[in-house]
Amino acid sequence: MSLRVFIADDEEPARSRLRELLGDIAGEVATTVAGEAGHGLEALERIPASGAQVLLADIDMPGMGGLELARHLAGLERAPAVIFVTAHDRHAVEAFELNAIDYLLKPVRATRLAAALKKAARAAPPDRDQLAKAAQGAREYLSVVERNRILLVPVRDIVFLRADQKYVTLRTAEREHLIEEPLVALEREFAERLVRIHRNCLVARAAIRGFERNPGDEEAQWLVVLDGVAEKLPVSRRQWPVVRELVSDK
Amino acid sequence: MPSIRQNAHSDVLPDFRNLGVIARLLVAVNAVAFVAALLGSANLAQGAERFARSAAVLEPLLLAVVLSLASVSTLLGRLAYPAGCAAVITIVLALTAAAHAAIGALDSGAAPDLARMLVLAALIAAALLGYFYLLAKAYSPALTEARLQALQARIRPHFLFNSLNTVLSLIRRDPKRAERALENLADLFRTLMSDARQFVRLADEISLLERYAELEQLRLGDRLRITWEIDGAPSDALMPPMVLQPLLENAVYHGVEPGTGVGEVLVRIELRGARVLASIENPYIEEQQKRAGNRMALENIRERLMLFFDAEARLTTRAAQARYRVEIEMPYRVDAPSVARSGTA
Repeated sequence: MSLRVFIADDEEPARSRLRELLGDIAGEVATTVAGEAGHGLEALERIPASGAQVLLADIDMPGMGGLELARHLAGLERAPAVIFVTAHDRHAVEAFELNAIDYLLKPVRATRLAAALKKAARAAPPDRDQLAKAAQGAREYLSVVERNRILLVPVRDIVFLRADQKYVTLRTAEREHLIEEPLVALEREFAERLVRIHRNCLVARAAIRGFERNPGDEEAQWLVVLDGVAEKLPVSRRQWPVVRELVSDK
Repeated sequence: MPSIRQNAHSDVLPDFRNLGVIARLLVAVNAVAFVAALLGSANLAQGAERFARSAAVLEPLLLAVVLSLASVSTLLGRLAYPAGCAAVITIVLALTAAAHAAIGALDSGAAPDLARMLVLAALIAAALLGYFYLLAKAYSPALTEARLQALQARIRPHFLFNSLNTVLSLIRRDPKRAERALENLADLFRTLMSDARQFVRLADEISLLERYAELEQLRLGDRLRITWEIDGAPSDALMPPMVLQPLLENAVYHGVEPGTGVGEVLVRIELRGARVLASIENPYIEEQQKRAGNRMALENIRERLMLFFDAEARLTTRAAQARYRVEIEMPYRVDAPSVARSGTA
Protein backbone atom coordinates (compact mmCIF):
# COMPACT_ATOMS: atom_id res chain seq x y z
CA MET A 1 0.00 0.00 0.00
CA SER A 2 1.41 3.34 -0.87
CA LEU A 3 1.86 6.13 1.59
CA ARG A 4 -0.17 9.25 0.92
CA VAL A 5 2.12 12.28 1.10
CA PHE A 6 1.09 15.92 1.15
CA ILE A 7 3.64 18.58 0.12
CA ALA A 8 3.46 22.10 1.53
CA ASP A 9 6.08 24.57 0.32
CA ASP A 10 5.76 28.09 -1.00
CA GLU A 11 8.38 27.60 -3.72
CA GLU A 12 7.19 25.73 -6.75
CA PRO A 13 10.67 24.40 -7.64
CA ALA A 14 11.01 23.01 -4.13
CA ARG A 15 7.71 21.15 -4.45
CA SER A 16 8.63 19.73 -7.82
CA ARG A 17 11.99 18.64 -6.45
CA LEU A 18 10.25 16.71 -3.67
CA ARG A 19 7.91 15.06 -6.20
CA GLU A 20 10.93 14.07 -8.23
CA LEU A 21 12.63 12.54 -5.21
CA LEU A 22 9.48 10.67 -4.21
CA GLY A 23 9.54 9.15 -7.68
CA ASP A 24 13.19 8.21 -7.29
CA ILE A 25 12.65 6.31 -4.05
CA ALA A 26 9.41 4.63 -5.16
CA GLY A 27 11.17 1.25 -5.13
CA GLU A 28 12.01 1.65 -1.50
CA VAL A 29 8.98 3.54 -0.20
CA ALA A 30 5.89 3.58 -2.37
CA THR A 31 4.12 6.92 -2.16
CA THR A 32 1.26 8.82 -3.75
CA VAL A 33 1.12 12.59 -3.71
CA ALA A 34 -2.11 13.32 -1.88
CA GLY A 35 -1.96 17.03 -2.56
CA GLU A 36 0.13 20.17 -2.59
CA ALA A 37 -0.16 23.64 -1.16
CA GLY A 38 1.77 26.88 -1.59
CA HIS A 39 1.23 28.18 1.93
CA GLY A 40 0.12 27.08 5.35
CA LEU A 41 -3.49 28.23 5.21
CA GLU A 42 -4.05 26.51 1.90
CA ALA A 43 -2.51 23.32 3.28
CA LEU A 44 -4.74 23.42 6.34
CA GLU A 45 -7.78 23.67 4.14
CA ARG A 46 -6.84 20.77 1.88
CA ILE A 47 -5.18 18.25 4.14
CA PRO A 48 -8.20 16.92 6.11
CA ALA A 49 -10.00 15.81 2.95
CA SER A 50 -6.86 14.61 1.19
CA GLY A 51 -6.38 11.56 3.34
CA ALA A 52 -2.71 12.46 3.72
CA GLN A 53 -0.74 10.18 6.04
CA VAL A 54 2.47 12.16 5.93
CA LEU A 55 2.97 15.88 5.50
CA LEU A 56 6.21 17.35 4.19
CA ALA A 57 6.04 20.90 5.49
CA ASP A 58 8.39 23.78 4.81
CA ILE A 59 8.91 25.75 7.99
CA ASP A 60 9.12 29.14 6.43
CA MET A 61 5.91 29.70 4.48
CA PRO A 62 3.97 32.92 4.09
CA GLY A 63 0.66 33.24 5.88
CA MET A 64 1.31 30.34 8.20
CA GLY A 65 4.57 28.52 8.76
CA GLY A 66 4.99 24.75 8.94
CA LEU A 67 5.11 24.59 12.70
CA GLU A 68 1.86 26.39 13.29
CA LEU A 69 0.28 24.33 10.52
CA ALA A 70 1.31 21.14 12.29
CA ARG A 71 -0.03 22.39 15.61
CA HIS A 72 -3.47 22.94 14.12
CA LEU A 73 -3.43 19.63 12.31
CA ALA A 74 -2.66 17.86 15.57
CA GLY A 75 -6.29 18.45 16.54
CA LEU A 76 -7.52 16.20 13.74
CA GLU A 77 -8.63 12.71 14.59
CA ARG A 78 -6.36 11.31 11.91
CA ALA A 79 -3.59 13.80 11.91
CA PRO A 80 -0.85 13.13 9.38
CA ALA A 81 2.68 12.50 10.54
CA VAL A 82 4.78 15.59 9.86
CA ILE A 83 8.30 15.87 8.48
CA PHE A 84 9.56 19.42 8.53
CA VAL A 85 11.76 20.77 5.77
CA THR A 86 13.97 23.80 6.07
CA ALA A 87 16.74 25.42 4.09
CA HIS A 88 18.44 27.04 7.00
CA ASP A 89 16.71 27.77 10.24
CA ARG A 90 19.13 27.12 13.03
CA HIS A 91 16.65 27.86 15.79
CA ALA A 92 14.04 25.56 14.36
CA VAL A 93 16.59 22.80 13.87
CA GLU A 94 17.75 23.09 17.46
CA ALA A 95 14.19 22.98 18.67
CA PHE A 96 13.48 19.88 16.57
CA GLU A 97 16.53 18.09 17.89
CA LEU A 98 15.55 18.96 21.42
CA ASN A 99 12.01 17.68 21.00
CA ALA A 100 12.77 14.63 18.86
CA ILE A 101 10.85 15.94 15.87
CA ASP A 102 11.96 14.75 12.46
CA TYR A 103 13.15 17.24 9.86
CA LEU A 104 14.99 17.39 6.55
CA LEU A 105 17.41 20.00 5.29
CA LYS A 106 17.12 21.49 1.82
CA PRO A 107 18.41 20.42 -0.60
CA VAL A 108 16.89 17.14 0.50
CA ARG A 109 18.71 13.85 -0.17
CA ALA A 110 16.75 10.89 -1.49
CA THR A 111 18.12 8.51 1.14
CA ARG A 112 17.23 10.84 4.01
CA LEU A 113 13.77 11.35 2.59
CA ALA A 114 13.20 7.60 2.32
CA ALA A 115 14.37 7.03 5.88
CA ALA A 116 12.19 9.83 7.23
CA LEU A 117 9.12 8.53 5.38
CA LYS A 118 9.61 4.99 6.67
CA LYS A 119 9.93 6.29 10.17
CA ALA A 120 6.91 8.54 9.81
CA ALA A 121 4.79 5.66 8.53
CA ARG A 122 5.44 3.76 11.75
CA ALA A 123 5.58 6.47 14.37
CA ALA A 124 2.75 8.46 15.88
CA PRO A 125 2.54 12.06 14.70
CA PRO A 126 4.24 14.56 17.00
CA ASP A 127 1.79 15.57 19.67
CA ARG A 128 0.70 19.07 20.50
CA ASP A 129 2.94 19.54 23.48
CA GLN A 130 5.99 18.46 21.58
CA LEU A 131 5.17 20.90 18.78
CA ALA A 132 4.33 23.71 21.17
CA LYS A 133 7.72 23.33 22.82
CA ALA A 134 9.48 23.41 19.45
CA ALA A 135 7.58 26.49 18.30
CA GLN A 136 9.36 29.78 18.71
CA GLY A 137 6.54 32.24 18.81
CA ALA A 138 2.88 32.53 19.60
CA ARG A 139 0.43 31.24 17.01
CA GLU A 140 -1.58 33.61 14.87
CA TYR A 141 -4.67 31.43 15.16
CA LEU A 142 -6.40 29.08 17.52
CA SER A 143 -8.17 26.17 15.92
CA VAL A 144 -11.40 24.32 16.48
CA VAL A 145 -12.02 20.99 14.80
CA GLU A 146 -15.55 20.58 13.55
CA ARG A 147 -16.50 17.44 11.64
CA ASN A 148 -13.01 16.81 10.28
CA ARG A 149 -12.63 20.42 9.28
CA ILE A 150 -10.30 22.83 10.98
CA LEU A 151 -11.80 26.17 11.79
CA LEU A 152 -9.30 28.94 12.49
CA VAL A 153 -9.96 31.81 14.86
CA PRO A 154 -7.45 34.66 14.55
CA VAL A 155 -5.89 35.33 17.94
CA ARG A 156 -6.54 39.06 17.46
CA ASP A 157 -10.30 38.36 17.39
CA ILE A 158 -10.32 36.86 20.88
CA VAL A 159 -12.28 38.91 23.39
CA PHE A 160 -11.97 36.47 26.26
CA LEU A 161 -11.19 32.86 27.12
CA ARG A 162 -12.98 31.19 30.01
CA ALA A 163 -12.35 27.75 31.41
CA ASP A 164 -15.36 25.61 32.28
CA GLN A 165 -15.24 22.01 33.45
CA LYS A 166 -13.40 20.37 30.59
CA TYR A 167 -13.27 22.96 27.82
CA VAL A 168 -12.22 26.50 27.36
CA THR A 169 -14.77 28.83 25.87
CA LEU A 170 -13.30 31.22 23.33
CA ARG A 171 -15.43 34.30 22.83
CA THR A 172 -15.10 36.62 19.83
CA ALA A 173 -17.34 39.54 19.06
CA GLU A 174 -19.33 37.26 16.72
CA ARG A 175 -19.54 33.89 18.40
CA GLU A 176 -18.35 31.28 20.85
CA HIS A 177 -16.08 28.28 20.31
CA LEU A 178 -15.01 25.44 22.52
CA ILE A 179 -11.33 24.59 22.50
CA GLU A 180 -9.40 21.86 24.23
CA GLU A 181 -6.30 23.59 25.47
CA PRO A 182 -5.40 24.35 29.05
CA LEU A 183 -5.86 27.96 30.07
CA VAL A 184 -2.43 28.07 31.71
CA ALA A 185 -0.67 27.21 28.44
CA LEU A 186 -2.74 29.77 26.55
CA GLU A 187 -1.91 32.41 29.12
CA ARG A 188 1.79 31.70 28.69
CA GLU A 189 1.69 31.68 24.89
CA PHE A 190 -0.33 34.87 24.52
CA ALA A 191 0.96 36.81 27.51
CA GLU A 192 1.44 39.88 25.35
CA ARG A 193 -2.15 39.99 24.28
CA LEU A 194 -4.19 38.47 27.08
CA VAL A 195 -4.40 39.23 30.77
CA ARG A 196 -5.76 37.01 33.53
CA ILE A 197 -8.64 38.62 35.40
CA HIS A 198 -9.82 35.59 37.30
CA ARG A 199 -8.76 32.05 38.12
CA ASN A 200 -10.76 30.84 35.13
CA CYS A 201 -10.62 33.75 32.74
CA LEU A 202 -8.26 35.55 30.32
CA VAL A 203 -9.27 38.79 28.61
CA ALA A 204 -7.79 40.58 25.60
CA ARG A 205 -6.04 43.68 26.87
CA ALA A 206 -7.15 45.65 23.85
CA ALA A 207 -10.80 44.79 24.44
CA ILE A 208 -11.00 46.20 27.95
CA ARG A 209 -13.18 49.29 27.90
CA GLY A 210 -13.53 49.95 31.58
CA PHE A 211 -14.71 48.71 34.97
CA GLU A 212 -17.91 48.70 36.96
CA ARG A 213 -18.58 48.16 40.62
CA ASN A 214 -19.96 44.73 41.42
CA PRO A 215 -21.90 45.28 44.63
CA GLY A 216 -22.60 42.38 46.89
CA ASP A 217 -19.72 40.18 45.83
CA GLU A 218 -16.91 40.06 48.34
CA GLU A 219 -14.58 37.99 46.18
CA ALA A 220 -14.98 40.05 43.01
CA GLN A 221 -15.86 43.67 43.63
CA TRP A 222 -15.23 44.81 40.08
CA LEU A 223 -16.50 43.84 36.64
CA VAL A 224 -14.67 44.30 33.35
CA VAL A 225 -16.68 46.00 30.61
CA LEU A 226 -15.55 44.77 27.21
CA ASP A 227 -15.68 45.94 23.61
CA GLY A 228 -17.72 43.73 21.35
CA VAL A 229 -19.56 41.66 23.97
CA ALA A 230 -22.24 42.68 26.38
CA GLU A 231 -21.29 40.25 29.10
CA LYS A 232 -19.37 41.75 32.03
CA LEU A 233 -16.75 39.60 33.67
CA PRO A 234 -15.79 39.57 37.33
CA VAL A 235 -12.23 40.46 38.30
CA SER A 236 -10.99 38.44 41.23
CA ARG A 237 -9.70 40.31 44.22
CA ARG A 238 -6.32 38.74 43.68
CA GLN A 239 -6.00 39.87 40.03
CA TRP A 240 -7.53 43.32 40.54
CA PRO A 241 -4.25 45.20 41.26
CA VAL A 242 -2.61 43.70 38.14
CA VAL A 243 -5.56 44.46 35.88
CA ARG A 244 -6.04 47.99 37.14
CA GLU A 245 -2.34 48.69 36.62
CA LEU A 246 -2.51 47.53 33.01
CA VAL A 247 -5.40 49.72 32.18
CA SER A 248 -4.00 52.83 33.76
CA ASP A 249 -0.96 52.29 31.51
CA LYS A 250 -3.09 52.47 28.40
CA MET B 1 42.32 49.33 -9.47
CA PRO B 2 41.27 52.12 -7.14
CA SER B 3 41.05 50.94 -3.61
CA ILE B 4 40.14 52.35 -0.27
CA ARG B 5 43.53 51.33 1.07
CA GLN B 6 45.20 54.46 -0.19
CA ASN B 7 42.66 56.48 1.71
CA ALA B 8 43.78 55.11 4.95
CA HIS B 9 47.48 55.79 5.26
CA SER B 10 47.99 57.71 8.45
CA ASP B 11 50.95 59.69 7.10
CA VAL B 12 48.91 61.32 4.37
CA LEU B 13 47.19 64.69 4.59
CA PRO B 14 43.41 64.57 4.79
CA ASP B 15 41.45 65.15 1.61
CA PHE B 16 40.50 68.80 2.06
CA ARG B 17 37.75 68.48 -0.54
CA ASN B 18 35.94 65.95 1.57
CA LEU B 19 32.86 67.36 3.27
CA GLY B 20 33.57 65.42 6.43
CA VAL B 21 37.04 66.95 6.69
CA ILE B 22 35.71 70.43 6.01
CA ALA B 23 32.98 70.04 8.61
CA ARG B 24 35.50 68.86 11.18
CA LEU B 25 37.73 71.88 10.43
CA LEU B 26 34.90 74.38 10.81
CA VAL B 27 33.57 72.87 14.01
CA ALA B 28 37.00 72.48 15.62
CA VAL B 29 38.20 76.01 14.90
CA ASN B 30 34.96 77.60 16.06
CA ALA B 31 34.98 75.50 19.20
CA VAL B 32 38.50 76.67 20.00
CA ALA B 33 37.52 80.29 19.39
CA PHE B 34 34.48 79.93 21.62
CA VAL B 35 36.46 78.37 24.45
CA ALA B 36 39.05 81.12 24.14
CA ALA B 37 36.35 83.79 24.27
CA LEU B 38 34.81 82.21 27.36
CA LEU B 39 38.13 81.90 29.14
CA GLY B 40 38.80 85.60 28.74
CA SER B 41 35.35 86.69 29.94
CA ALA B 42 33.66 87.17 33.26
CA ASN B 43 30.31 85.63 32.28
CA LEU B 44 28.55 83.79 29.49
CA ALA B 45 26.95 86.85 27.92
CA GLN B 46 30.30 88.62 27.73
CA GLY B 47 31.88 85.47 26.30
CA ALA B 48 29.23 85.20 23.61
CA GLU B 49 29.71 88.84 22.70
CA ARG B 50 33.47 88.43 22.53
CA PHE B 51 33.05 85.33 20.37
CA ALA B 52 30.72 87.22 18.04
CA ARG B 53 33.25 90.03 17.69
CA SER B 54 36.13 87.66 16.96
CA ALA B 55 33.93 85.85 14.45
CA ALA B 56 34.02 88.93 12.21
CA VAL B 57 37.72 88.23 11.68
CA LEU B 58 37.75 84.51 12.21
CA GLU B 59 35.00 83.37 9.83
CA PRO B 60 36.26 85.06 6.65
CA LEU B 61 39.76 83.86 7.44
CA LEU B 62 38.59 80.33 8.13
CA LEU B 63 36.57 80.34 4.92
CA ALA B 64 39.58 81.53 2.94
CA VAL B 65 41.73 78.79 4.48
CA VAL B 66 39.18 76.06 3.76
CA LEU B 67 38.70 77.21 0.17
CA SER B 68 42.44 77.51 -0.48
CA LEU B 69 43.20 74.09 0.98
CA ALA B 70 40.37 72.51 -0.99
CA SER B 71 41.57 74.05 -4.22
CA VAL B 72 45.16 72.88 -3.80
CA SER B 73 44.28 69.57 -2.15
CA THR B 74 45.41 67.50 -5.14
CA LEU B 75 48.75 69.31 -5.24
CA LEU B 76 49.23 68.90 -1.51
CA GLY B 77 48.61 65.20 -1.87
CA ARG B 78 51.60 64.86 -4.17
CA LEU B 79 53.99 66.27 -1.58
CA ALA B 80 55.67 64.11 1.00
CA TYR B 81 53.84 64.25 4.32
CA PRO B 82 56.23 66.64 6.19
CA ALA B 83 56.40 68.96 3.19
CA GLY B 84 52.61 68.81 2.93
CA CYS B 85 52.24 69.80 6.57
CA ALA B 86 54.68 72.65 6.10
CA ALA B 87 52.75 73.80 3.05
CA VAL B 88 49.45 73.74 4.93
CA ILE B 89 50.89 75.80 7.79
CA THR B 90 52.47 78.22 5.32
CA ILE B 91 49.12 78.71 3.61
CA VAL B 92 47.43 79.31 6.95
CA LEU B 93 50.10 81.82 8.01
CA ALA B 94 50.01 83.66 4.70
CA LEU B 95 46.23 83.99 4.81
CA THR B 96 46.39 85.09 8.44
CA ALA B 97 48.90 87.79 7.57
CA ALA B 98 46.67 88.87 4.68
CA ALA B 99 43.69 89.03 7.02
CA HIS B 100 45.71 91.14 9.43
CA ALA B 101 46.63 93.51 6.64
CA ALA B 102 43.00 93.71 5.54
CA ILE B 103 41.81 94.58 9.04
CA GLY B 104 44.53 97.20 9.30
CA ALA B 105 43.45 98.77 6.02
CA LEU B 106 39.80 98.88 7.07
CA ASP B 107 40.34 100.24 10.56
CA SER B 108 43.90 100.87 11.63
CA GLY B 109 42.95 101.19 15.30
CA ALA B 110 41.36 97.74 15.57
CA ALA B 111 44.18 95.59 14.25
CA PRO B 112 45.33 93.02 16.80
CA ASP B 113 48.95 92.13 17.29
CA LEU B 114 50.27 90.37 14.16
CA ALA B 115 52.71 88.09 15.99
CA ARG B 116 50.00 86.90 18.37
CA MET B 117 47.66 86.15 15.47
CA LEU B 118 50.33 84.22 13.57
CA VAL B 119 51.32 82.09 16.56
CA LEU B 120 47.70 81.29 17.35
CA ALA B 121 46.98 80.35 13.73
CA ALA B 122 50.08 78.14 13.50
CA LEU B 123 49.23 76.40 16.78
CA ILE B 124 45.65 75.70 15.77
CA ALA B 125 46.73 74.48 12.33
CA ALA B 126 49.33 72.17 13.87
CA ALA B 127 46.85 70.84 16.41
CA LEU B 128 44.34 70.06 13.66
CA LEU B 129 46.96 68.35 11.53
CA GLY B 130 47.78 66.24 14.57
CA TYR B 131 44.08 65.45 15.01
CA PHE B 132 43.75 64.33 11.40
CA TYR B 133 46.90 62.28 11.75
CA LEU B 134 45.42 60.43 14.74
CA LEU B 135 42.08 60.08 13.00
CA ALA B 136 43.77 58.52 9.97
CA LYS B 137 45.68 56.25 12.28
CA ALA B 138 42.49 55.11 13.94
CA TYR B 139 41.30 54.16 10.47
CA SER B 140 44.69 52.76 9.62
CA PRO B 141 44.90 50.27 6.77
CA ALA B 142 45.01 47.28 9.09
CA LEU B 143 42.02 48.45 11.08
CA THR B 144 40.06 49.59 8.08
CA GLU B 145 40.76 46.32 6.36
CA ALA B 146 39.72 44.31 9.37
CA ARG B 147 36.53 46.32 9.66
CA LEU B 148 35.76 45.98 5.99
CA GLN B 149 36.39 42.26 6.07
CA ALA B 150 34.14 41.94 9.07
CA LEU B 151 31.52 44.04 7.35
CA GLN B 152 31.80 42.18 4.08
CA ALA B 153 28.30 41.61 2.88
CA ARG B 154 27.02 38.13 3.41
CA ILE B 155 24.40 36.38 1.43
CA ARG B 156 21.87 34.68 3.64
CA PRO B 157 22.40 30.93 3.93
CA HIS B 158 18.65 30.75 3.49
CA PHE B 159 19.10 32.12 -0.02
CA LEU B 160 22.05 29.88 -0.87
CA PHE B 161 20.37 26.62 0.10
CA ASN B 162 17.04 27.52 -1.44
CA SER B 163 18.80 28.51 -4.66
CA LEU B 164 20.73 25.26 -4.77
CA ASN B 165 17.46 23.46 -4.25
CA THR B 166 15.95 25.38 -7.15
CA VAL B 167 18.84 24.44 -9.39
CA LEU B 168 18.45 20.78 -8.40
CA SER B 169 14.81 20.92 -9.38
CA LEU B 170 15.74 22.36 -12.79
CA ILE B 171 18.48 19.94 -13.73
CA ARG B 172 16.20 17.28 -15.19
CA ARG B 173 13.40 19.47 -16.49
CA ASP B 174 15.37 22.32 -17.95
CA PRO B 175 19.14 21.77 -17.98
CA LYS B 176 19.81 25.02 -19.85
CA ARG B 177 18.19 27.12 -17.16
CA ALA B 178 19.91 25.09 -14.48
CA GLU B 179 23.25 25.91 -16.10
CA ARG B 180 22.44 29.57 -16.26
CA ALA B 181 21.32 29.60 -12.64
CA LEU B 182 24.58 28.03 -11.52
CA GLU B 183 26.55 30.58 -13.52
CA ASN B 184 24.63 33.38 -11.83
CA LEU B 185 25.25 31.82 -8.44
CA ALA B 186 28.96 31.57 -9.23
CA ASP B 187 29.08 35.26 -10.20
CA LEU B 188 27.36 36.27 -7.00
CA PHE B 189 29.76 34.32 -4.87
CA ARG B 190 32.78 35.52 -6.78
CA THR B 191 31.80 39.10 -5.96
CA LEU B 192 30.99 38.15 -2.42
CA MET B 193 34.41 36.67 -1.90
CA SER B 194 36.24 39.44 -3.72
CA ASP B 195 38.19 42.20 -2.10
CA ALA B 196 35.81 44.27 0.01
CA ARG B 197 38.16 47.25 -0.20
CA GLN B 198 37.99 47.76 -3.94
CA PHE B 199 35.67 50.24 -5.55
CA VAL B 200 33.45 48.78 -8.24
CA ARG B 201 31.66 50.43 -11.13
CA LEU B 202 27.95 50.96 -10.76
CA ALA B 203 27.44 48.99 -13.99
CA ASP B 204 29.00 45.94 -12.35
CA GLU B 205 26.86 46.29 -9.28
CA ILE B 206 23.78 46.55 -11.49
CA SER B 207 24.66 43.42 -13.44
CA LEU B 208 25.11 41.66 -10.12
CA LEU B 209 21.64 42.84 -9.12
CA GLU B 210 20.23 41.40 -12.31
CA ARG B 211 21.89 38.05 -11.77
CA TYR B 212 20.59 37.88 -8.27
CA ALA B 213 17.11 38.90 -9.43
CA GLU B 214 17.14 36.17 -12.06
CA LEU B 215 17.85 33.54 -9.42
CA GLU B 216 15.10 34.79 -7.17
CA GLN B 217 12.72 34.90 -10.09
CA LEU B 218 13.32 31.19 -10.74
CA ARG B 219 12.68 30.40 -7.12
CA LEU B 220 9.66 32.59 -6.50
CA GLY B 221 8.08 32.68 -9.96
CA ASP B 222 5.06 34.96 -10.31
CA ARG B 223 5.23 35.99 -6.69
CA LEU B 224 8.13 38.32 -7.45
CA ARG B 225 7.71 41.22 -9.84
CA ILE B 226 10.64 43.61 -10.18
CA THR B 227 10.42 46.90 -12.03
CA TRP B 228 13.72 48.40 -13.10
CA GLU B 229 14.11 52.15 -13.55
CA ILE B 230 17.80 52.31 -14.20
CA ASP B 231 18.14 54.04 -17.57
CA GLY B 232 19.50 57.14 -15.88
CA ALA B 233 22.10 55.28 -13.85
CA PRO B 234 25.66 56.55 -14.45
CA SER B 235 27.36 53.27 -15.23
CA ASP B 236 30.87 54.63 -14.58
CA ALA B 237 30.17 55.82 -11.04
CA LEU B 238 32.41 54.19 -8.44
CA MET B 239 31.01 52.69 -5.27
CA PRO B 240 31.79 50.09 -2.64
CA PRO B 241 30.92 46.56 -3.76
CA MET B 242 27.81 44.69 -2.63
CA VAL B 243 25.87 47.69 -1.47
CA LEU B 244 22.78 47.34 -3.63
CA GLN B 245 22.51 43.57 -3.75
CA PRO B 246 21.90 43.16 0.00
CA LEU B 247 19.20 45.80 -0.26
CA LEU B 248 17.42 43.91 -3.02
CA GLU B 249 17.87 40.72 -1.03
CA ASN B 250 16.25 42.43 1.95
CA ALA B 251 13.39 43.60 -0.22
CA VAL B 252 12.72 40.04 -1.35
CA TYR B 253 13.25 38.48 2.04
CA HIS B 254 11.13 40.92 4.02
CA GLY B 255 8.74 42.23 1.41
CA VAL B 256 7.98 39.38 -0.98
CA GLU B 257 8.62 36.01 0.64
CA PRO B 258 6.36 36.55 3.67
CA GLY B 259 3.43 37.48 1.42
CA THR B 260 1.05 35.08 -0.25
CA GLY B 261 0.30 37.35 -3.18
CA VAL B 262 2.41 39.13 -5.78
CA GLY B 263 5.20 41.28 -4.36
CA GLU B 264 6.09 44.36 -6.38
CA VAL B 265 9.67 45.56 -6.03
CA LEU B 266 10.93 48.76 -7.58
CA VAL B 267 14.61 49.37 -8.27
CA ARG B 268 15.48 52.92 -9.24
CA ILE B 269 18.96 54.29 -9.84
CA GLU B 270 19.62 57.76 -11.21
CA LEU B 271 22.07 60.60 -11.34
CA ARG B 272 20.85 63.82 -9.76
CA GLY B 273 23.36 66.64 -10.03
CA ALA B 274 26.62 65.30 -8.73
CA ARG B 275 24.96 62.62 -6.66
CA VAL B 276 23.98 59.08 -7.37
CA LEU B 277 20.60 58.09 -5.97
CA ALA B 278 19.60 54.49 -5.63
CA SER B 279 16.37 53.35 -4.05
CA ILE B 280 14.66 50.04 -3.59
CA GLU B 281 11.01 49.76 -2.67
CA ASN B 282 9.03 46.74 -1.57
CA PRO B 283 5.69 45.93 0.05
CA TYR B 284 5.75 46.51 3.79
CA ILE B 285 4.42 43.39 5.40
CA GLU B 286 3.58 43.55 9.07
CA GLU B 287 4.84 40.01 9.50
CA GLN B 288 8.27 40.94 8.28
CA GLN B 289 8.89 42.15 11.80
CA LYS B 290 9.20 38.51 12.72
CA ARG B 291 12.10 38.01 10.38
CA ALA B 292 15.14 39.42 12.03
CA GLY B 293 18.27 40.82 10.53
CA ASN B 294 17.13 43.78 8.49
CA ARG B 295 18.57 46.42 10.75
CA MET B 296 21.92 44.71 10.95
CA ALA B 297 22.27 44.50 7.20
CA LEU B 298 21.42 48.21 6.91
CA GLU B 299 23.90 49.20 9.61
CA ASN B 300 26.51 47.16 7.83
CA ILE B 301 25.94 48.95 4.53
CA ARG B 302 25.79 52.32 6.23
CA GLU B 303 29.14 51.74 7.87
CA ARG B 304 30.75 50.59 4.65
CA LEU B 305 29.46 53.67 2.85
CA MET B 306 30.96 55.76 5.59
CA LEU B 307 34.34 54.07 5.28
CA PHE B 308 34.35 54.83 1.57
CA PHE B 309 32.69 58.24 1.42
CA ASP B 310 32.80 59.59 4.98
CA ALA B 311 29.96 62.07 5.50
CA GLU B 312 29.14 62.37 1.83
CA ALA B 313 26.97 59.28 1.57
CA ARG B 314 23.63 58.68 3.19
CA LEU B 315 21.30 55.78 3.72
CA THR B 316 17.70 56.41 4.69
CA THR B 317 14.67 54.18 5.14
CA ARG B 318 10.99 54.93 5.17
CA ALA B 319 7.87 52.87 5.70
CA ALA B 320 4.64 54.47 4.52
CA GLN B 321 1.42 53.40 2.84
CA ALA B 322 2.27 49.72 2.97
CA ARG B 323 5.53 50.29 1.11
CA TYR B 324 9.03 50.14 2.51
CA ARG B 325 11.78 52.11 0.86
CA VAL B 326 15.54 52.27 1.27
CA GLU B 327 17.45 55.05 -0.38
CA ILE B 328 21.17 55.51 -0.80
CA GLU B 329 22.72 58.78 -1.80
CA MET B 330 26.37 58.96 -2.65
CA PRO B 331 28.70 61.31 -4.49
CA TYR B 332 29.18 60.68 -8.20
CA ARG B 333 32.85 59.79 -8.56
CA VAL B 334 34.49 58.33 -11.59
CA ASP B 335 37.99 58.33 -10.18
CA ALA B 336 38.74 57.06 -6.73
CA PRO B 337 39.22 60.08 -4.45
CA SER B 338 42.49 58.77 -3.18
CA VAL B 339 44.30 57.82 -6.37
CA ALA B 340 46.01 61.18 -6.80
CA ARG B 341 46.87 61.14 -3.14
CA SER B 342 49.08 58.09 -3.03
CA GLY B 343 50.30 58.46 -6.56
CA THR B 344 49.90 54.75 -7.18
CA ALA B 345 46.75 53.26 -8.47
